[in-house]
Amino acid sequence: MSLLPWTIYLSLAGALLALAGGRRSAGTARWVALLTAAGAWILTLLAATRFVPGPGLQTLVDASWIPSMGVRYHLAADGISLTLLVLTGIAATAGVLFSWNIEERTGEFFALFLVLVAGVYGVFLSADALVLFIFYEVAIVPKYFLIANWGSTNREYGAMKLALYSFAGSSMVLAGLLWAYAVGGGHGFGFADLAQATAGLSRHQQIAVFALVFFGFATLAGIFPLHTWAPTGHVAAPTAASMLLAGVVMKLGAYGCLRVALPLSPVGFAYWQAPIAWLAVVGIVYAGLVALMQEDLKFVIGYSSVSHMGFVLLGLAAANLQAVSGAVLQMFSHGVIAGLLFAVVGRMVYDRTHTRKLADLRAMPLYRLLPFAAAVFVVAGVASMGLPGFSGFPAELTILIGAWKRDPAWAAVAALGVLVAAAFTLRAIQLGFFGSKETAQQPAPVGAADHPLQFEPVSAAEKIGALLLIGATVLIGLRPDLLLDWINPALQSPLLQAALKAGTP
Amino acid sequence: MNPDYSGLFAALGPETALVLGALAVLGLDLSVFRSRTRADRLRLALSVAALAVLAAGASVWLGPRGPIYGGVLILDPLAVATRLGVLVLTLLTLGVTRAAAELRQPAEYVAVMLFAATGLMLMAAAQQLLLVFLALELASLSLYVIAGFDHSRRDSAEAALKYFLFGGMAAAFLLFGFSLIYGVTGSIELPRIAAYISLQGADPLLLVALVMVLVAFGFKVAAAPFHLWAPDVYQGAPASSAALIASASKLAGFTLFTRLLWPGFGAAAGNVASLTGEPGWLPVVAVIAALSLLLGNFAALAQSSLRRLLAYSAIAHAGALLLGVMAFGKSGPAPLFYYASTYGLATVGAFGVITAMEAGGRCEEITDLAGLHRRSPLLAACLAVFILSLAGIPPLAGFFGKFAVFSAALRLGGVAGPAGWLAILAIALSTVALYYYLIVLKQALVASPAADARPIRVPRVAALTLAAAAVLIVWFGLFPSQLIGLF
Repeated sequence: MSLLPWTIYLSLAGALLALAGGRRSAGTARWVALLTAAGAWILTLLAATRFVPGPGLQTLVDASWIPSMGVRYHLAADGISLTLLVLTGIAATAGVLFSWNIEERTGEFFALFLVLVAGVYGVFLSADALVLFIFYEVAIVPKYFLIANWGSTNREYGAMKLALYSFAGSSMVLAGLLWAYAVGGGHGFGFADLAQATAGLSRHQQIAVFALVFFGFATLAGIFPLHTWAPTGHVAAPTAASMLLAGVVMKLGAYGCLRVALPLSPVGFAYWQAPIAWLAVVGIVYAGLVALMQEDLKFVIGYSSVSHMGFVLLGLAAANLQAVSGAVLQMFSHGVIAGLLFAVVGRMVYDRTHTRKLADLRAMPLYRLLPFAAAVFVVAGVASMGLPGFSGFPAELTILIGAWKRDPAWAAVAALGVLVAAAFTLRAIQLGFFGSKETAQQPAPVGAADHPLQFEPVSAAEKIGALLLIGATVLIGLRPDLLLDWINPALQSPLLQAALKAGTP
Repeated sequence: MNPDYSGLFAALGPETALVLGALAVLGLDLSVFRSRTRADRLRLALSVAALAVLAAGASVWLGPRGPIYGGVLILDPLAVATRLGVLVLTLLTLGVTRAAAELRQPAEYVAVMLFAATGLMLMAAAQQLLLVFLALELASLSLYVIAGFDHSRRDSAEAALKYFLFGGMAAAFLLFGFSLIYGVTGSIELPRIAAYISLQGADPLLLVALVMVLVAFGFKVAAAPFHLWAPDVYQGAPASSAALIASASKLAGFTLFTRLLWPGFGAAAGNVASLTGEPGWLPVVAVIAALSLLLGNFAALAQSSLRRLLAYSAIAHAGALLLGVMAFGKSGPAPLFYYASTYGLATVGAFGVITAMEAGGRCEEITDLAGLHRRSPLLAACLAVFILSLAGIPPLAGFFGKFAVFSAALRLGGVAGPAGWLAILAIALSTVALYYYLIVLKQALVASPAADARPIRVPRVAALTLAAAAVLIVWFGLFPSQLIGLF
């Protein structure tokens, strides 16, 4: 367990080394990044083997940092954070493998990537709201440069939109935290200290503080109607960044909601519970319907992320043991599956075909040209639809059961969203990979008839990365108890119990 | 009162060192180095000046504390910290000053810079209205001169004239205000004025005088609506002059006026915890802060010139710093000093990058930064640190400045009153600010260089100086207690 903080330091050191290595050769930077990401992942797994689940956070580091403001450098972990740490390790390692073909400014790319990863590890490990906030912001800046520099379609717009939404969200969080701390006369930024300070505020103020912090974090989790940064940002991002953005960074928002916002004020949560749940289910259905209409394969995946994150928010809003543990499981599951989908679309397909238009892909068709990519996409799509045997199934099922217990109407609408998800996923699979040449609406490009399309075969790095992610989703699909045994005890902590109680009528 | 000349002499050691340094710079330049090249003369002048600044720093460090010469000067922790801050910022400014065509008399330029620093040092400690005014004028007059030092550009002359006219007007207001204060309270000693006000209450005439003082304050720190000189001066003045004006002068200005307002006129502060508070100078400062925050941030969005953007961002930062001034009475000087000094570091750094870039070509528009990451990775990395610190991204020092100031402002009666609203407004506007800062960084780190752009060679001293400023910003960001804990 005490190894966990080293994930942060290792990633930061790796970032410096990758930057230095990139000056020598691109290959050095790649290997440094791979070793760093894999090393940090192994650290999380080692910690996981020695992890004894229990209620409450298990302190790893606790040192005084800014004594005059009561800020402590306090890192701690419980089952929830451990789940997400392992996810970060997988996503980061796979992300490096899927960016093996970055040739331009390779060192800087991997340095920014690893700083982002370090920030993510830091958020999941923080036990002090200010430290969490700082790591959260550390993660914002690299995102902008990763997208603006190495991205594709409309990258500068997508990058700026994403950075501003993230920063606006984090400003709301900062305003809320400072409000609770300064006005409530708080002595520090520990989660319990803040909850205590908030409890001293008037009811209206508590409701406002909760709204600022929750919706600030939820912006990054892609809550409807603050989700519009996600599809544009994900589409514009380079593959590894979209894998990390959709896979892990959106979870930062959801994690912040769960760890900071919910315990902050039971009064505020009780007030906002129903609106949050309705926004979540509207997001699930709306984003699903929008995904159904997309002509760009990556936009389908982008909107599907928003739809799947809606389940996480619904789980948090329903606020019973099942729903919340399902929400955490869904964070893990979606992290893996979204990573896989973006990897196929961004790296395997787009880097070779240079198009993501469903109409073009349909005319190729890809199941002949890139059979591995097609197979992986089918597996990922099936997992994303929530079929049994993959991690999406236990996650969405527990969320739906939990939501049903709280309010059947939420569960009913969300279940509709599952149908929509099946529809847009099948459509993407069918049009993107299993079309036929006859379906081409326009005449084929000049010369295409004489020279059948040839693509460079899927590389070993991509195959390893894909198998890694598929392995993870299948493993958790078959044995969800592996993670649930970590998550459920963590939900017994007094702070989270108080929050859950507030959400139970 | 027995005049304590030896105590005064010990307390004025730093100022003595600076003035002697300035004289040595002038003397050596006129005698020994007269026939050397301009670059050599500048190098010598800068070395001597740097030695003088270091000697002054040692003298501050070792010098006496407490009231000096019957309270004309006060060397409390805030004064000492500000003096050290001014010296560090001056040293950094000297480090990025470069030999350029516009500096036809390099020794005079450096000497006047040292005179400005002398004035700023006195401003940090002055506690008697007469000395306050003299220190302010010494600093201001020197700064007018170096703002207009570039004879080859009309912009520079325009900057100096604008700065001088606005400054002269502000000084007139200040002097008028001081004379009213003297007339009402019968003293120019700050402690006695404070005692008078707390006994007699705030006279309406005194409030008029305070508004006049605030006009000068607004001018000195470039707060709206007294900001009009700032964009032109930042744009027209030689970059190193602008660096000094934007950093050390601001830090000393905040210390000076905060000392006037709180220990001096604290009893006439009024109340900003609720809208129906009693009258005083705090509500006026609140209005100035709100105007600065709004105007600075929104006007910066429209800028295409890098220096003008920095100027409007400076106005926005002045607004946030004024929140620190408002919170001084309750939270002490730590948030204000931390914010002002780290802001100064980032600004000196940003202007240092501009100076270094001007050596290799143009650096007027934001788009002139294009491809900086190729042309000079060091400059690009340093600029990223400075700009992100200005934007308030943790773990850089700029974040903790905002954090400390805003939480101090929120403690002034919570969100019920103007102070709390201002803090929330400032947090909201930081998102707006991020946009224009990212526009700058996008050019420097993402865009590809122009076709005719060449790599930039950064002189070793300037490179070291910029790296030192960047390291300080990271250091104070990682260990904010190093500064906050001083008080």
